Amino acid sequence: MQIAQKVPRAWWHYFWDRERWLGSLFLSPAIAYILLLVAVPFGLAIYLSFTNAIGGNLNAEFVGWKNFAKVIGEPVFQRSLVNTFIFTFVSQLIVLILAKFLALLLLKNFTGRPIVRFLILLPWVAPIALSTIAWKWTLDPTFSVFNWTLQAVGLQPVYWLSFPEPAMAAVILVHVWRMLPFATVIILAGLTSIPQDLLDASTVDGAGFWRRLFEITLPLMLPIVAVAVLFGIVFTFTDITVVRVLTNGGPPPFDSTQVLASLAFRRGIESQNLGEGAAIALFLLPMLVIVAVLMLRFARKTEVT
Amino acid sequence: MRAVPRWVRQLGKQIPLYVLLSLFVVFAAFPFYWMAVTSFKHEEDLIVGASIKEHVPYVFNKPPTLDHVKLLFTEMPYLKFVWNTFFIGALVAGITLLISVPAGYSLARLAGQWGEKLGMGIFLAYLVPPTLLFIPMNRVVSFLGLQDSIWALVLIYPTFTIPFCTWLLMGFFKSIPRDIEEQAMIDGHSRMGAIMKTVLPLSMPGLLTVVIFSFTLAMQEFIYALSFISSVGNMTISIGVPIALFKDVYNYGPIMAACLISSIPVAILYNLFLDRFIAGLTGGAVKG
Repeated sequence: MQIAQKVPRAWWHYFWDRERWLGSLFLSPAIAYILLLVAVPFGLAIYLSFTNAIGGNLNAEFVGWKNFAKVIGEPVFQRSLVNTFIFTFVSQLIVLILAKFLALLLLKNFTGRPIVRFLILLPWVAPIALSTIAWKWTLDPTFSVFNWTLQAVGLQPVYWLSFPEPAMAAVILVHVWRMLPFATVIILAGLTSIPQDLLDASTVDGAGFWRRLFEITLPLMLPIVAVAVLFGIVFTFTDITVVRVLTNGGPPPFDSTQVLASLAFRRGIESQNLGEGAAIALFLLPMLVIVAVLMLRFARKTEVT
Repeated sequence: MRAVPRWVRQLGKQIPLYVLLSLFVVFAAFPFYWMAVTSFKHEEDLIVGASIKEHVPYVFNKPPTLDHVKLLFTEMPYLKFVWNTFFIGALVAGITLLISVPAGYSLARLAGQWGEKLGMGIFLAYLVPPTLLFIPMNRVVSFLGLQDSIWALVLIYPTFTIPFCTWLLMGFFKSIPRDIEEQAMIDGHSRMGAIMKTVLPLSMPGLLTVVIFSFTLAMQEFIYALSFISSVGNMTISIGVPIALFKDVYNYGPIMAACLISSIPVAILYNLFLDRFIAGLTGGAVKG
């Protein structure tokens, strides 16, 4: 056997071999990027929300809590706040129930599993802005394929995007459609990570199906399900694409499907009122902080899996 | 009594499973089926009101046509959107790789105890959604004079690809045994040389995952593109198709063709790497 060749030491070895120094050097571009383009804009968001800043003009005057006070009083804002919570929690509840069910189905071995998996994952992996237009087209007031089906079996058509309640249902539908594959895959990963020995051992010791479900499967899966739900909440809570493309906040009267994110966009970018837009977007923050704290808790717990 | 063959019994047992699964599959895949049908349907077959019972919309009542696809490629700026998307995606993937690989390595190997904390910090940056940042980003973009420029997106997209990919790579590097690089260092390579010679070649699957994800995340992004790009020639697919091409219902043929052509390749690519993506999200770092 040939003994490895000795590589001549060059002057830069001095740096490359000092771990702490190299560690900081390696990390600094990422830290700099995140500080400059995430932390600074985040601070700027808070600053802007207390000013009367408008787009295209770098001057801004401090106005205190005025923006917050103004938007809280607006019916559109209240509506958006309520909608944001409704859309997020209703869709995540439906997603959780369906995903648990679907994951149990996918756990079985059957022919054609890869193609079924691919088809079920499509909503998550295709660009959401594009699939939302496809939904808009299937729900079109005049040409809807669903309405054709309803009428073909003798039911009344539903004008999905023309009235507030059906439009809200449509937004929830698209969110559920979009997040279901994601939650399913995560729950599936959780299910398969439960050691079979543990289940077998408990069966030998006389534990029935329910006992196993409540004392082994659910507790072991809780952290991973929590991760699925928390990510689902972040994605749905802050999503702007579905509402912007599907209903653009409408239909009338009032902005019946407007959410905080889309209202912030309308105010901050379309109407160029950066201060009010930033104030509206910041109402998302408390919820996100709660989610982040919970996520860190559960992230530590997933270490057992 | 003749015995029922085993495979028939097996199939019989699976029927309820298939029925339930097909419900889910129809729900998940229907919009894509609908994109495909709409893309190739004759105009007269397409624009028929839902109240006409005799006209079944699920199938082709007239021979399929390529008119919509032709219209999309010849009369609409779709190819421009595709080019912009690829250009931005490739640059974002490159920037992400350059920054996340050293950072991920540093967190996995060099940083020690404070590495865990910094790792969490970087992960938290991933939880700061574009929704909170697009308004102040407007200021940043104006300040840099990048309004309505695709360079604004090239600059901003790494803000969500870097945290995610650093986190993902950290898990990946942790799963590579330390002995391999230590051996290389004993052989006289510097730490840097050891990384280049042993760690990077072993992490090719991880690096490829980073490229795919940066690319697809950049392609799917909507809100920054919508906020900072105003002229049609600078748009990406994800805003160009729904915002610039969408005019009225008589436009759905080419739009659905654009959606189909853009979605399917991304979906296939993404699908191949999904397991890694999920491992990254659910704490790939601790699984190594």
